[in-house]
Amino acid sequence: MNIVRKIKEADLKGRGGGGFPTGIKWELVKKAKGKKKYVICNASEGEPNVFKDGYILENYPKEVINGINIAADFISAEYSYIYLNKDYYKKIKNRLEDIIGNKKIIIFEKKAGYIGGEETAVCESIEGRRAEPKKKPPFLTDCGLFNCPTLMNNVETFYYVSKISKGTYQKTRFYSVNGDVLNPGVYELPENLTMVQILRETNNYPDFDFFVQAGGGVSGEIMLSEELNKPVYGAGSITVFNKKETDIYSLMEKWAEFYHKGNCDKCAPCREGAYRIYEMIKARNIDMEKLEDIFLSLKKTSFCSLGRGMPLPFESLIKKIKK
Amino acid sequence: MKIKLKINDKEVDGSKGESILTIAKRNGVKIPTACYHSDLEPQGSCRLCLVHIKGREGLHTSCSTLAEDGMEIITDSSEIRKLRKINLELLLSQHIEQCSDCNWSYKCKLLSLAKEYRIKINKFEDRKKNFPKYQFGPSIIFDSSKCIDCKNCIQMCKKQGVGFLTTEEKNDFFQVGFSSKECVFCGQCITHCPGGAFEEVDSITDVEKELADEKKYVVFQFAPAIRSSIGEDFGMISGSIVTEKIVAGIKKLGANKVFDVSVGADITTIEEGGELIERILGKKDLPMFTSCCPSWVRYVETYYPKFIKNLTTVRSPHIILGGLTKSYFAEKQKINPKDIVVVSIMPCTSKKYEIERKELYFNKLKPVDYVLTTRELSRMFKKHNINLSKIKDEKLDSPWNDYTGAGVIYGSTGGVTESALRTVYEKMTGKKLEEIEFKSIRGMKGSKEVKIRIGKKNIRVAVINGLGNAKKLLEDDPYKYDYVEVMACPGGCIGGGGQPMPVNNDIRKKRALSLYKIDKKWGIRMAHESPLVKLMYKEFFKNKEIVHKFCHTSYSPKEKMNIIKIK
Repeated sequence: MNIVRKIKEADLKGRGGGGFPTGIKWELVKKAKGKKKYVICNASEGEPNVFKDGYILENYPKEVINGINIAADFISAEYSYIYLNKDYYKKIKNRLEDIIGNKKIIIFEKKAGYIGGEETAVCESIEGRRAEPKKKPPFLTDCGLFNCPTLMNNVETFYYVSKISKGTYQKTRFYSVNGDVLNPGVYELPENLTMVQILRETNNYPDFDFFVQAGGGVSGEIMLSEELNKPVYGAGSITVFNKKETDIYSLMEKWAEFYHKGNCDKCAPCREGAYRIYEMIKARNIDMEKLEDIFLSLKKTSFCSLGRGMPLPFESLIKKIKK
Repeated sequence: MKIKLKINDKEVDGSKGESILTIAKRNGVKIPTACYHSDLEPQGSCRLCLVHIKGREGLHTSCSTLAEDGMEIITDSSEIRKLRKINLELLLSQHIEQCSDCNWSYKCKLLSLAKEYRIKINKFEDRKKNFPKYQFGPSIIFDSSKCIDCKNCIQMCKKQGVGFLTTEEKNDFFQVGFSSKECVFCGQCITHCPGGAFEEVDSITDVEKELADEKKYVVFQFAPAIRSSIGEDFGMISGSIVTEKIVAGIKKLGANKVFDVSVGADITTIEEGGELIERILGKKDLPMFTSCCPSWVRYVETYYPKFIKNLTTVRSPHIILGGLTKSYFAEKQKINPKDIVVVSIMPCTSKKYEIERKELYFNKLKPVDYVLTTRELSRMFKKHNINLSKIKDEKLDSPWNDYTGAGVIYGSTGGVTESALRTVYEKMTGKKLEEIEFKSIRGMKGSKEVKIRIGKKNIRVAVINGLGNAKKLLEDDPYKYDYVEVMACPGGCIGGGGQPMPVNNDIRKKRALSLYKIDKKWGIRMAHESPLVKLMYKEFFKNKEIVHKFCHTSYSPKEKMNIIKIK
């Protein structure tokens, strides 16, 4: 059976956070017209408290490379790239190279900060320009790296492609569990588990009043303990916070600082908005009217999804925790 | 391919590949923008030009969204207005308002939008209040506290083939920074900056001092390209020809004499034409490059020194004329040349650098003491309540008032070449040139060509419009040409870095067209037929030595410029 049919039957969705159906993406690139095509494995994982891609690369590098090779064969790629964040580059570049052998896979060290993981910014960076998002459409599947159709998936997605091709995929995914927990770490568990189940299964369910940040260590939504009867989305992270002992301001300050320093400064809402959010939170002097204006502008007018998603953690925290 | 779409329920036509903004503008629909410039790829960074597109989620930036057949677009709604307002506030939160001495002043888009959207300009404390100013050579100032981070300057600098301005990470922001490349002072960063962060180095203060000094004999001379552009600063339509009004205005400022640099251009043509003939006949250092654009000269000296020998040694028109004022004219009027102050009004920021070149000095004197840009002259006029649109015409002063059509078209891309070819043809063949208009090298294309048979020779000429197009010519095959004109600024001097703002290709075309109109109506359209030029060669340029002293110069690889931090 053709690999895309297998992927579709397995209902695999992108594990980088976007959740786009992998099979459809592969078909789009396959059908797209272009003399050359490229595969990119996005291993830029740069958000705090999310480290499952690093875990997979360290523990199952062969599976990941196999997944990339399958993709490259399927779309007849000219070259494949592994876009690797700095830490991972240092740690596992040599091992990856040994596994790659004579296959046409290039390991590219990510130089930029957080924004460097946005898919169009990844292409810009590999092409030798500053990692800055580009306008979509055109989408990568039509016009990506070097203006050629490009298939970009996350590390975990390629890992599971390899599993699917071998018939050993069991509808699992990787979860980064951390924060105020006894057993932090990365766990491979069924993808339909609720967050409560995940926390219990990993012996991490707190015996104190808590909330979590789910789906990303900065971009993730804040969820109260009674809201956890559903699966986790995004990058699959669950960070537990002890409600009584968490200083909400310092938590928000961390996010704000991350966004302020990690955004690409291209568009006004993100560049100036993130800075003003950081400024107000750092000074512990929040003007709610200004903050809401900035959130509105970020959600509706930011250039890329990073900016559009920026308000979510703050808004959910303020709404749910800060009365 | 033609497409039909609806903007605010009105049917409009467009072409495939056009942005929503382009079509809206053409149809008189106002959409606010800050970072958009028709010369550049849309940045999509200011987030003001937001529109709704029926059937699509969210809002879209009209500058970077291509129009499609059947699209229905709404350009205004309470939601759009609210978001534009927030984004304007954010843009202004970084920008230090220094409206009183800003290049944009009353034409500032940000300020008029702030009024229209009722923005509190100081809603946030200015983020950039302690940001420094930088000075590039004697030409350009970058006040980073006014920068709104649109990066238009970086894109334009790259488009010019220079790449001096670049993105740099400083204090957790990606900001406009400087690369190791050399600035050539073209000033296109100024005319493409919506925040007024780039400006010319001020010379008004010095010129005013000279005007107030009774011992000084102050002479103003203005470039061909000024006459069809400066009217814009006084509410006149682009391309309005105001030669005599400029004279009247300058007289009101208190200048002793007002001369026309077009006369200098005629002399440049004679010398440059002569040099071209010599080089063609002697097959020496071809192609010959024009040298009246100092940014181009600096570009060659810094980036391509191997082509220095290809630059014509002829001085640029205002340098020649300034020299003649301090020699021929001074002697006739019995004025000590040291008491004469020559002020050039130029469309150009690079000319501020050119006059400092030591190679141009004669008898320890600078041929030109100060350069004011067109904008600076406008500012002086306004300061003295001189309204150019209302002032009564006055005539240019003798002797530098008798110019030709060939001198005037120097202000447009292709003009130098056209003037030179008119003269070279007649001088080489001794025959009358029948078709004196070289249409193929007029217009706004980036590189243009003409072949002309002169006697037994086929002369191949290239005209480069915009410095960014020069690199290709230099690296491909410059040797297939005999003569190459390069003007750093798009459109030539009429689109210069010192010209009124805003500027775009429509405006450039109108300014250029007016210069060609003057030429068409002029009695004498060949530099070598000018009675004044003939007189000069008879009376003053008696031997090669004198000609050399006043009309020629030399070039050499240049030292790196210092970037001076001002505050």
